[in-house]
Amino acid sequence: MAHTAPVTDWATDFDVMDPGYLADPFSIWDRLRESCPIPHTDRRKSSWMPLRYEDVTAIAHDVEHFSSLKVAVIPGDEDEDPNENFDGPNLEYGLPPISADPPLHTWTRRLLLPWFSHTRVDSYVPLTRELCCSLLDGFADKGHADAAADYAQQIPVRVIARILGVPTDLADTFTGWVRDVLEFADDQERRQAGAEGLLYYFVDQLAQRKEHPGDDLLSELLHTEVDGKPVDDGIALGMAALVLIAGVDTTWSAIGSSLWHLASHEEDRKRLVAEPELMPTAVEELLRAYAPVTMAREVTQDIEYAGCPMRAGDKVLMNFPAANRDPEAFEDPDVVQLDRAHNRHVAFGSGIHRCAGSNLARMELQVALEEWLARIPEFTLAEGEDITWAGGQVRGPRILPVVFP
Amino acid sequence: MTMKIRVDPDKCQGHARCYSLAPELFEVDDYGQSTVIVDEVPAELEEKARLAIANCPEYAIEIVSE
Repeated sequence: MAHTAPVTDWATDFDVMDPGYLADPFSIWDRLRESCPIPHTDRRKSSWMPLRYEDVTAIAHDVEHFSSLKVAVIPGDEDEDPNENFDGPNLEYGLPPISADPPLHTWTRRLLLPWFSHTRVDSYVPLTRELCCSLLDGFADKGHADAAADYAQQIPVRVIARILGVPTDLADTFTGWVRDVLEFADDQERRQAGAEGLLYYFVDQLAQRKEHPGDDLLSELLHTEVDGKPVDDGIALGMAALVLIAGVDTTWSAIGSSLWHLASHEEDRKRLVAEPELMPTAVEELLRAYAPVTMAREVTQDIEYAGCPMRAGDKVLMNFPAANRDPEAFEDPDVVQLDRAHNRHVAFGSGIHRCAGSNLARMELQVALEEWLARIPEFTLAEGEDITWAGGQVRGPRILPVVFP
Repeated sequence: MTMKIRVDPDKCQGHARCYSLAPELFEVDDYGQSTVIVDEVPAELEEKARLAIANCPEYAIEIVSE
């Protein structure tokens, strides 16, 4: 079946790229959770999609049966022969640690984690704040803006560029590559062009760092020894690409969705302006309600899970956003409560693949909201103007017109 | 009886929610591993300890005694 045909049965033929689902997945999850909490589809590839908190977290912890070698929600070349249709740089190890199982996962993750520790992330606050302020300078007195494209989209890519040690003035190019890979993944040509652009760029950057090391993450990857040997070039390339890909679309989406919520929920916006001390719980609550990221797992051997006959090679779409809306795990899950005290959300995943950049993402979201609300405390969605949502792997607004006095 | 808590190092995955909510009780290392830094939770921090427990996505914080 063509994967673009309209969905008539969400339990047996779901489509995460369906336009209605992109705009409002929440009501579809609510219905399915009651009738069929692990729907299946044969569109693109045989895929299961757990929607309950209990199932999502249980599968996330079962790395023996659910591998992370193929994490793309929209299957691509890596689901066939990884290098068959791709004549770009060798990525035989994928993007470790996200697309790796132990033991490769374990040591590559330990290399990255210190760059995103609490202490290190605190040191990125001033540049993030300065960046937000300069973006706001560009439109705060105009009365209208695209909160997604003019603001949210511009922040994480520049912070991650600084961490990687690559020029921030290439931000739009980086964003384009990442969107091609993640958001336009159904278009194989576009996806491949994005991947090639990004990988060739990093091949060149890594070669330069070998000659002239700096104090950035790329240089450290190249000058760290693991078990007495330097990090394999292909692994360093995969890790560099991962940091950019994971650091751009995700947090941008969280910032955009949060601004969408505040623009469309006047009471919450007013409350957050009046009670800025709520910001830490508000950030967690917005992350819970609008968690952007779904990651895939691959079933390693035929297994029956919760009555579902999963076959080796099937995808499991780890719907962390839906888990965060499960009424079994959260009281009134579809209501945003800015002061929600008990919030065990899994916006950053669960288990050994917990988002390595979660401290950074939280900081960026909080600073982006603080600076926006300080400058533009009153704003609403622009009437009559369309909002565009991206989805699949990462859900968030891509065009978000707002107006303000 | 005073409250004692511990972080199960095998369950902790470095979400750092406990440290954000109660830095008086927890510290996290460069890899995100959290540890409890007090022998006993002072009475005035018990509520914070319970908050940290209720916000850990990995159910990694245990009450040893109370």
